[in-house]
Amino acid sequence: MTASADIQAGRLRPDDYVENFNDVHPPLDRKRALIESARCYYCYDAPCVEACPTGIDIPSFIRKISTDNVKGSAVDILTENIMGGACARVCPTEILCEGSCVRNTQEEKPVNIGELQRYATDHLFDSGQQVFERAASSGKKVAVVGAGPAGLSAAHRLSLLGHDAVVFEARDKAAGLNEYGIAAYKVPNDFAQREVEFILSLGGIELRCGQAIGKDFSLTELRRDYDAVFLSMGMAGVNALGLENEDLEGVVDAVDYIAQLRQSGDLAQLPVGRKVVVIGGGNTAIDIAVQTKRLGAEDVTLVYRRGKDNMNATWHEQEFAQLNGVKIKHWAQPTKLMGQDGQVKEIEFEYTQLDDNGRLMGTGDHFSLLVDQVFKAIGQSFVPAPLMNGAADVLELSSGRIAVDEDRKTSLSDVWAGGDCVTGDDLTVAAVQDGKVAAGAIDRHLRG
Amino acid sequence: MADLRCNIAGVQSPNPYWLASAPPTDKEYNVVRAFKAGWGGVVWKTLGEDPPIVNVSSRYGAVNYNGTRMAGFNNIELITDRPLDVNLREIKQVKRDWPDRAMVVSLMVPCEEESWKRILPLVEDTGADAVELNFGCPHGMSERGMGSAVGQVPEYIEMVTRWCKKYTRMPVFVKLTPNITNILHPARAANTGGADAVSLINTINSIVTVDLDAMAPTPIVGGKGAHGGYCGPAVKPIALNMVAEIARDPECQGLPISGIGGVSTWRDAAEFISLGSGSVQVCTAAMHYGFKIIDDLTDGLSNWMDSKGHQSLEDFRGAAVPNVVNWNQLDMNYECIAEINQDLCIKCGLCHVACEDTSHQAIFAKRVDGERRYEVNDPECVGCNLCMLACPVEDCITMREVDNGKPYMNWLQDPRNPANIKAAE
Ligand SMILES: Cc1cc2nc3c(=O)[nH]c(=O)nc-3n(C[C@H](O)[C@H](O)[C@H](O)COP(=O)(O)OP(=O)(O)OC[C@H]3O[C@@H](n4cnc5c(N)ncnc54)[C@H](O)[C@@H]3O)c2cc1C
Ligand SMILES: Cc1cc2nc3c(=O)[nH]c(=O)nc-3n(C[C@H](O)[C@H](O)[C@H](O)COP(=O)(O)O)c2cc1C
Ligand code: SF4
Ligand code: SF4
Ligand code: SF4
Repeated sequence: MTASADIQAGRLRPDDYVENFNDVHPPLDRKRALIESARCYYCYDAPCVEACPTGIDIPSFIRKISTDNVKGSAVDILTENIMGGACARVCPTEILCEGSCVRNTQEEKPVNIGELQRYATDHLFDSGQQVFERAASSGKKVAVVGAGPAGLSAAHRLSLLGHDAVVFEARDKAAGLNEYGIAAYKVPNDFAQREVEFILSLGGIELRCGQAIGKDFSLTELRRDYDAVFLSMGMAGVNALGLENEDLEGVVDAVDYIAQLRQSGDLAQLPVGRKVVVIGGGNTAIDIAVQTKRLGAEDVTLVYRRGKDNMNATWHEQEFAQLNGVKIKHWAQPTKLMGQDGQVKEIEFEYTQLDDNGRLMGTGDHFSLLVDQVFKAIGQSFVPAPLMNGAADVLELSSGRIAVDEDRKTSLSDVWAGGDCVTGDDLTVAAVQDGKVAAGAIDRHLRG
Repeated sequence: MADLRCNIAGVQSPNPYWLASAPPTDKEYNVVRAFKAGWGGVVWKTLGEDPPIVNVSSRYGAVNYNGTRMAGFNNIELITDRPLDVNLREIKQVKRDWPDRAMVVSLMVPCEEESWKRILPLVEDTGADAVELNFGCPHGMSERGMGSAVGQVPEYIEMVTRWCKKYTRMPVFVKLTPNITNILHPARAANTGGADAVSLINTINSIVTVDLDAMAPTPIVGGKGAHGGYCGPAVKPIALNMVAEIARDPECQGLPISGIGGVSTWRDAAEFISLGSGSVQVCTAAMHYGFKIIDDLTDGLSNWMDSKGHQSLEDFRGAAVPNVVNWNQLDMNYECIAEINQDLCIKCGLCHVACEDTSHQAIFAKRVDGERRYEVNDPECVGCNLCMLACPVEDCITMREVDNGKPYMNWLQDPRNPANIKAAE
């Protein structure tokens, strides 16, 4: 991206960058953790546990915080969710555990489970202790493709169960979207890499970065050389708007830009428009909108083609964006991109509504916005091509992603898959659960 | 507006709230602050013979429970550490400046007639309204043959009380220690000795916590700790029971009681008074929050009395005493069962697990259309109250009386009583 007049780096004072991209929620100190933990009722058959995709025993870990058994608390968390530290920071708890907390019914204020989880896991990470021990070696070797939450979760569980895991990762760094995708202010201070180190410190996991399936090796080779394979490559494709002029300068994939932001050593070097339009209604749209605003964009407008309740972003995230000064416009879809000298200058929208059959349709009325940058955040897609490359057996797909059963087993007898490359909630916590479940199934398979 | 004036054993105060003999009443400065804030009276910090005692550094410990600071409180302090004449001079001055407030002077001297004979006229000279004999202090002083060392021997209580009645015309309050098996023995001894009133309870022998790093009980004094005296909200139930035992004892009829132990709110005070207390004494709550709490103590009590139509403390003093009975007088035919208000229920499941794991398996944990639903299994419920107590939602579980049409029948009349079975044979 070349910087034109209205797309500039260094819009803020140096201190502002630090403040804007620091922890959105500062961690709880002991006193506040004790007060918050005392709010938990220690429910029986607790609804919050049921709402956690990884099934963390929430009342138990909270009770342990309240008794200052913080290590025990962290072990409870990590036993079910090895990325409990990341999840404490990135989970949309308002629709998961906290959304189900019985305190909502009582006083519309759930126990702050996420921050308590962070308190416990931070404590353990800071202590540098290893709390897990591998089972006796099974002599089996499992290949894991993709070192995101799903892959690392599977590798850790496999190693715990006594198997060796070799993790192939296309990028230079592990952690997947925790490193390249999650909003910077949710995981500051290199948290993603610290968590990777923690996971690898168990032993039995070999990480090979810069190794892409479909390029450096094939699925067929993995199946030949390993006792089982777990696929967790996430989604490599980004959906396009399907408009003319999409290649204008200033029309950007949100996911790419965020990856750049996350890897930027100096945010003041990152160019951002004065007038920004974001198209989409999910977390990525919210994240790019807030992050461009925090980089110094003056006007950030998020445009979504349906209503507020249809947005994938939770109410909490929508509110957060609005608090950050992002304007959210509903019921409009982009129809035209207009530019000058190869640089996008204006974007036209058509108002939308639902027809009698509940299908989305344009109303015929239009409006347009002057713009320096347009961010596309209308979803990602799974790209199956790398798997097919050289593979003798064809992996079955379902709704464009790898088809799996309850055990996360694919149509191939020795291949499992999980995370964003299979259907399900595209959340870190769901990816971790997939990895955990698949590792259990692989273990049973290997011990046959 | 209800009349809060209090008269106990001839000692008058504008309200029933006295600061108990403790650091808040150790000197003129504190007591004047208390009177300015509105306290009805004080029991001056216990005086002894000169030379004054010496206290250690690090004196208090506490039980903090679930975020509540000082739910229980203990101390290893002794009696006043200031010279007798300084205290007497200040008492005299304060009583002169605040004539409408109750000024009771707490005393602890060796268990010898001479000692009591010597000190009583000195106190009388201050114009104090009464003396309170400290037979309660469970630490330090008891090792020297005073405090609870006397309070645990009814014969000594009676003897010392007699001496005091002999050497002073001031009313004599005897402060009782709870560190005994039956509170009636010391209470009756005081009564027999001629006490004008009893005050109770003093503190309970206690170790509040063990510091697991220092491996010593707290408060720690140079690596070691001694048992202390326990007080604060945690001891109120013990105090209430002891007060009630005396209030309903035929031998102690008419013996005024100054109730002490965990009084922190007007409601606590109303409970003590309903069990027969005249004045109530407060220490920990004042030490925790300062003297200003007197505002709600008086205001709350007065508003509650208005709402009940009580014009004076006498209107409800002892009103609960007739309802405190021995277990064998309870109605064996009374039945109640738990009832869950489904509209209030937040589905925490605590009622279920409490009953399931530790009681009578009388609450079903159901799923109705995927939603949790907790329901009482009426025939299995024995009416133990556990679920109601465990439920975090106020009034969500109530105990409903079952009208079974059966008449009152106590255990002595109950055919299931082995004594009755034998008699029938
Ligand atoms: C911008 C953004 C923000 C998000 N914010 C949140 C959030 O706040 N909270 C939340 O819960 N979820 C969030 N998510 C979703 C969450 O990040 C994903 O659901 C989760 O990371 C999925 O984990 P995964 O392991 O399946 O995939 P990924 O994290 O995508 O990891 C896949 C890994 O595989 C590697 N890979 C890809 N292709 C190959 C190949 N051919 N060979 C080898 N390796 C390969 C990738 O480099 C990557 O490291 C967000 C997603 C995005 C895009
Ligand atoms: C409902 C109930 C019934 C009890 N019954 C007995 C009993 O029959 N015999 C006994 O020795 N202790 C009995 N106890 C006392 C307990 O054994 C225990 O000593 C007491 O509850 C103090 O412990 P805790 O406060 O830590 O729970 C009972 C306690 C409760 C709560
Ligand atoms: S639902 Fe809320 S109160 Fe109940 S256990 Fe979970 S966090 Fe605690
Ligand atoms: S009152 Fe006791 S027995 Fe009845 S339901 Fe409640 S806990 Fe169970
Ligand atoms: S304890 Fe109370 S709130 Fe909880 S499930 Fe039972 S009735 Fe409902």
